[in-house]
Amino acid sequence: MKWMKNLKNYTPPAFKVIRDDDRCIRCKACVEQCSFDATFYDEEEDKIWNWDANCVSCDRCAAICPTEAITVETRGYSYRHNYSWGSHIDSLKKRAIFGGTPVVSMGNDKPYKIYWDHLLLNASQVTNPSIDPLREPMELKTFLGKKPHSLSLKDGKPDTRIYPQLELNVPIMFAAMSYGALSYNVVEALGRAAQHVGTFYNSGEGGLNKDHYKFQGNIIVQVASGRFGVHKPYLDVGSAIEIKIGQGAKPGIGGHLPGEKVTETISETRMMPQGSDAISPAPHHDVYSIEDLRQLIYALKEATEYSKPIIVKIAAVHNVAAIASGITRAGADIICIDGFKGGTGASPQVIRDNVGLPIEMALAVVDTRLRDEGIRQDISIIASGGIRNSMDVVKAIALGADAVYIGTAALLAIGCTMCQQCHTGKCAWGITTQDPHLSKRVNPDIASQRLINLLDVWALEIKETMGAMGINSIESLRGNRLNLRGIDLTEKEMEILGVLPAGE
Amino acid sequence: MKIVKIYEDSCVYCHLCEVACIVEHSQSKDIIKAFKRETKPIARCSAEFNYPLSYSVMCRHCDDAPCIEACQTGAMHRDERGYVVVNEDKCVGCWMCIMACPYGVIKKDERREVWGLSTKCDLCPDRETPACVEACPNNALMFEEV
Repeated sequence: MKWMKNLKNYTPPAFKVIRDDDRCIRCKACVEQCSFDATFYDEEEDKIWNWDANCVSCDRCAAICPTEAITVETRGYSYRHNYSWGSHIDSLKKRAIFGGTPVVSMGNDKPYKIYWDHLLLNASQVTNPSIDPLREPMELKTFLGKKPHSLSLKDGKPDTRIYPQLELNVPIMFAAMSYGALSYNVVEALGRAAQHVGTFYNSGEGGLNKDHYKFQGNIIVQVASGRFGVHKPYLDVGSAIEIKIGQGAKPGIGGHLPGEKVTETISETRMMPQGSDAISPAPHHDVYSIEDLRQLIYALKEATEYSKPIIVKIAAVHNVAAIASGITRAGADIICIDGFKGGTGASPQVIRDNVGLPIEMALAVVDTRLRDEGIRQDISIIASGGIRNSMDVVKAIALGADAVYIGTAALLAIGCTMCQQCHTGKCAWGITTQDPHLSKRVNPDIASQRLINLLDVWALEIKETMGAMGINSIESLRGNRLNLRGIDLTEKEMEILGVLPAGE
Repeated sequence: MKIVKIYEDSCVYCHLCEVACIVEHSQSKDIIKAFKRETKPIARCSAEFNYPLSYSVMCRHCDDAPCIEACQTGAMHRDERGYVVVNEDKCVGCWMCIMACPYGVIKKDERREVWGLSTKCDLCPDRETPACVEACPNNALMFEEV
């Protein structure tokens, strides 16, 4: 054994690697693939050992094993069962032993109610015809941006000011995930897929590597509180500029890219010293009010000659509707609302697990508020955070979203298994790492094809569902809450979501 | 002519090319039996590693093959497919091919009782795509036209 347990810093391992010795051929593929030092080979004993305390259950070893000799299991708690304390026992012990607050990644994994699963869709029967998407045209094309209040004609020609728009072939975009959090190859794959499908990927707050300027026309560039890598060519290459105020996984918290991930290319892209921590402040230090936000929005519009829509991204928090109204009036063209299931590359556990609102609720109240105030056409809404499948997309659009962002879902398509270790930079699937050997595990050719497949299949599923509802254009589904019914929801929840109960 | 092309930027150093090669060249062609019951054949490709670089390398089937030049018995020859292969009956185990190979991809198989046998990639004559290419999880080996 390579390690020896020490009581001083001991908490029970969360997982157990089980190896079927009859099947194990000692090919050592698992040993090479484990990036968390949980698997090693003893040549003298001709034995492969696992140190369960280091295992994060990323499933890389089980996936690579050619003889299916490995299973990774979740270990039950060895303590006496206690309903009220449960996982809090180890969580508390870790703080006491290590003297720090745990940092985690991905989205909130606590068992809060998922409203998508309590919404049912409608279908046409007899009184209105359903449509077969394989035989009849179905329109998924979406335009994001401020829409004119009315159309006017002059000499028989349109005489209406059209604001800059983002044109999407499918109402799905790749969420902001920075180069730095993600490896070079993953960004490359996202860019290629966005370009192929005709949608957009978001650069995140880490600037844009010079190699990725080739995706011009399919990039949304982000300006976050750290302003990393923001300069004129960066703003110019984006089809839209996103101001990140907050993120669903960590509302009110800034970003933190550990120094280990700030390699030479990252430092060049972010315009900061190599090896130093990249810290984005919690607030934008020039945005303390809606008026300040308006100044930033117009500064960016001015810098890009009013040619691009400006997106403002906020986390879903308690008074999200009022904030969204303010953002609309501040001149933003698009608002992105990120629900508390949204992912992150690193967030304090307490924030991730306890702060924010479900995207379903936030989306419904924002759409309702903007309609009530008569300003819904001034802004497009992107729903983000916890979109898991094509039906979540349909339900989000029916609740009032114009499009959705997918982040976690896109990474899952590439190989991610949601082991929540993005912050360690040791991703065994090569996704959230800057280690040049580990990041080779994502082959951009394979990864981009998988992303394209995912979007194609989701688009087909959305068309099928729309066809069943008798709708042939995504425009007719937008905010069409009559096609939704709530099930197992309280009256108040349905009132907030603006849907009728099942059966009514 | 197709050969196995090496894409080192995608190699994850998992050794599955070697595993597949061993299975393909075993008697049973069964992964468990090849490794546990039989005398394991030698892998004809080898995964090489020098952080962060890694790749699997096997015979390049050179147009101007130094191993054929060096072979004194004519055991190392070009077959009808155009690939460089060993005639087991002629090989006397002098290892001159090993000395001559610029890639170091010819290996000694010393299990043969009287004299050794040079072992190298034969591009799996029984298969459409070589076993290593099929086993590679990340397209780091591709069977493509030269």
